[in-house]
Amino acid sequence: MPHVSLFVTCLADQLYPEVGLSTVRLLQKLGATVDFPEAQLCCGQPAFNSGHVPEARRVARGLVHAFADAEYVVTPSGSCASMLRHYYAELFAGEPELAESARALAAKTFELSQFIVGVLGVRDVGATFPHRVTYHASCHGSRLLGVKEEPLELLRHVRGLELAPLPRCEDCCGFGGVFSIKLAALSSAMVDEKIEHVLETGANFVVGTDMGCLMNIRGRLERRGQPVRVLHLAELLAGEAEP
Amino acid sequence: MLVETDDALRTRAEFALGDAFLRKAVRFTVERLRTGKAESTAALGRWEEWRERGRHVRTHVIEHLDYYLEEFSGRLLDGGHHVHFAADAAEAAAIVTRIAREQRAKLVVKSKSMVSEELHLNQHLADAGIEALETDLGEWIVQLAQEMPSHLIIPAIHKNRHQVQALFEAEGHVPLSPETCTLAAHARRRLRERFAEADIGVTGCNFAIADTGSVVLFTNEGNGRMVTTLPKTHIVVMGMERILPTLADLELMANLLPRSATGQKITTYVNLLSGARGEGEVDGARELHVVILDNGRSAQLGHPDYQEILNCIRCGACLNVCPVYRQIGGHAYASVYSGPIGAVLTPLLSRDPRARELANASTLCGACTEACPVKIPLHDMLVHLRRDNAQRLPDSSLEKQGFALWSRVFSRPWLYRLALRVARLVERFVLRRSPRRRLPMLPAVEGWARYRSLPLLARKSFRERFEERSRKRP
Repeated sequence: MPHVSLFVTCLADQLYPEVGLSTVRLLQKLGATVDFPEAQLCCGQPAFNSGHVPEARRVARGLVHAFADAEYVVTPSGSCASMLRHYYAELFAGEPELAESARALAAKTFELSQFIVGVLGVRDVGATFPHRVTYHASCHGSRLLGVKEEPLELLRHVRGLELAPLPRCEDCCGFGGVFSIKLAALSSAMVDEKIEHVLETGANFVVGTDMGCLMNIRGRLERRGQPVRVLHLAELLAGEAEP
Repeated sequence: MLVETDDALRTRAEFALGDAFLRKAVRFTVERLRTGKAESTAALGRWEEWRERGRHVRTHVIEHLDYYLEEFSGRLLDGGHHVHFAADAAEAAAIVTRIAREQRAKLVVKSKSMVSEELHLNQHLADAGIEALETDLGEWIVQLAQEMPSHLIIPAIHKNRHQVQALFEAEGHVPLSPETCTLAAHARRRLRERFAEADIGVTGCNFAIADTGSVVLFTNEGNGRMVTTLPKTHIVVMGMERILPTLADLELMANLLPRSATGQKITTYVNLLSGARGEGEVDGARELHVVILDNGRSAQLGHPDYQEILNCIRCGACLNVCPVYRQIGGHAYASVYSGPIGAVLTPLLSRDPRARELANASTLCGACTEACPVKIPLHDMLVHLRRDNAQRLPDSSLEKQGFALWSRVFSRPWLYRLALRVARLVERFVLRRSPRRRLPMLPAVEGWARYRSLPLLARKSFRERFEERSRKRP
């Protein structure tokens, strides 16, 4: 069975450790062995997307070294995976040796659902979740990484789960990292529209593959006093989402 | 993280967010347009291949722009027509104004042209005592409202029919009803009266065919035909990048442009104008002038990050899918071009440093790139523009210092662990004690917390819990 090195992402490490733990349990349940290279911190995206390239590179360098020996790198974030896949070659263009390592890292890095369906070839992880659920497609995972069907495929195989299609599920939730702080009112108007769509579905749970977007949606739902719960796909599939 | 906020863009965005009419009108129309695009491209089939062909042809043209411009202008000159190259907007406006003066023109009728907006042509003509009249319905509405277009294709997208009714009643001194057919009929009647009086017709140019010297216009209202055939002089204003090599390439663009813009298989009118009225011909302008505008475009040629922006065919598809444009409409960009294309194009073409912050008007969601019929990587360009902006920031700026500090912490695991512990203590003793977790301590926390509940740091990080778990189960 494949050996996986977990890239937990800085957000999950600090704020949502349960997402990381669910990812580990899920992968182990599916027969993979999992390690956690401790030198990993962040992919560098917050700085890169704000235009601070040298600062992003400094942080990204650490990630490239941390996973140098990994067979597969799996992460519960389509956004961080797409940062590696989409921008690392450009980020290290001036450093040929690192560029080579970065390219190798990009090639062996997978978003969680992409890994389960694409590499492990599993569609039914054996989970049960008897609730009405809707799925938000995060932009970076679905557009930059091209992971559109995998999360839905996994959800369709969960016992008891009623999947309510989210209208305009591919529309951005308004997070955008630093955008949500710089243009907070605009970001809030965007997440409000996302929430309108979530409420239309009548779902009790909204599930996704990126804690950035989910943190934004959850934060706004809580502020508006809506009881809809927000879950990462890993939590749902690992069967640890029940209260 | 400490970040500086961009007040001008933020202020404009918040102003737009407060306009419920605008938001409802924009949302209604972009929804219709992008649904139309999705349906008409699906009906055509193999859309990704069409896009790839579009990208290929546009890239080829831009890489050989000098050659094709010479061919195009040569054809026009051979036909006895007039070609003017303008280095910037002021020069182009001066050329058009000079032609109008020489012809002692009193009235210039225009069909929709974004390049003429770039020139602020109507103002220049007015300053010379010449009336410019917009004859595209949407353009006429924004002209009456003394505004700028707020969408590439639908200039008055931000207006609802009741607002249009009020504008038309004020202009025509007649009572009208808010039915769209009544309003359109009124506009038709009013504008028809003016076409016959006009001395000059001004149009833009969707595509210029190099090997035939033709100007192509895709329109829906028929006003383009009146503008190009009734007045004795026709002036075309076009960006220098509008070229296609041959007439055969037009078939490709005729499939890409209307579908991407409005979801139409083809527009109601497609005009191919190959010169002015020839000998023995009974209609058409007697004189044709083509003004070819640079205005910052040639500076993108050869640029590894930005040359592809010249591939744009101005369809507006990126606006229609943009979640930012959807909320605030076009005027919040304070630029002729709005939406994702405006956020990229304006900082590149403009010499005004205030335009640079438009690169921040995006979550980098990539919907624009996915929608673009010629596959321009707009969201990558936005990232690159932000890079250019960050390089211009002084080292003392809060944002730069914030990211410098961040990069020091996030490149050393021991420092990261320490910082996380400190942050937890700060959160425990300061943040959690404030009501609803709102505390304007850090700009970052404040901006987030005004609209959303603030997530709390986990009592134990993942790495701590993973270590414990490994210790328990060696």
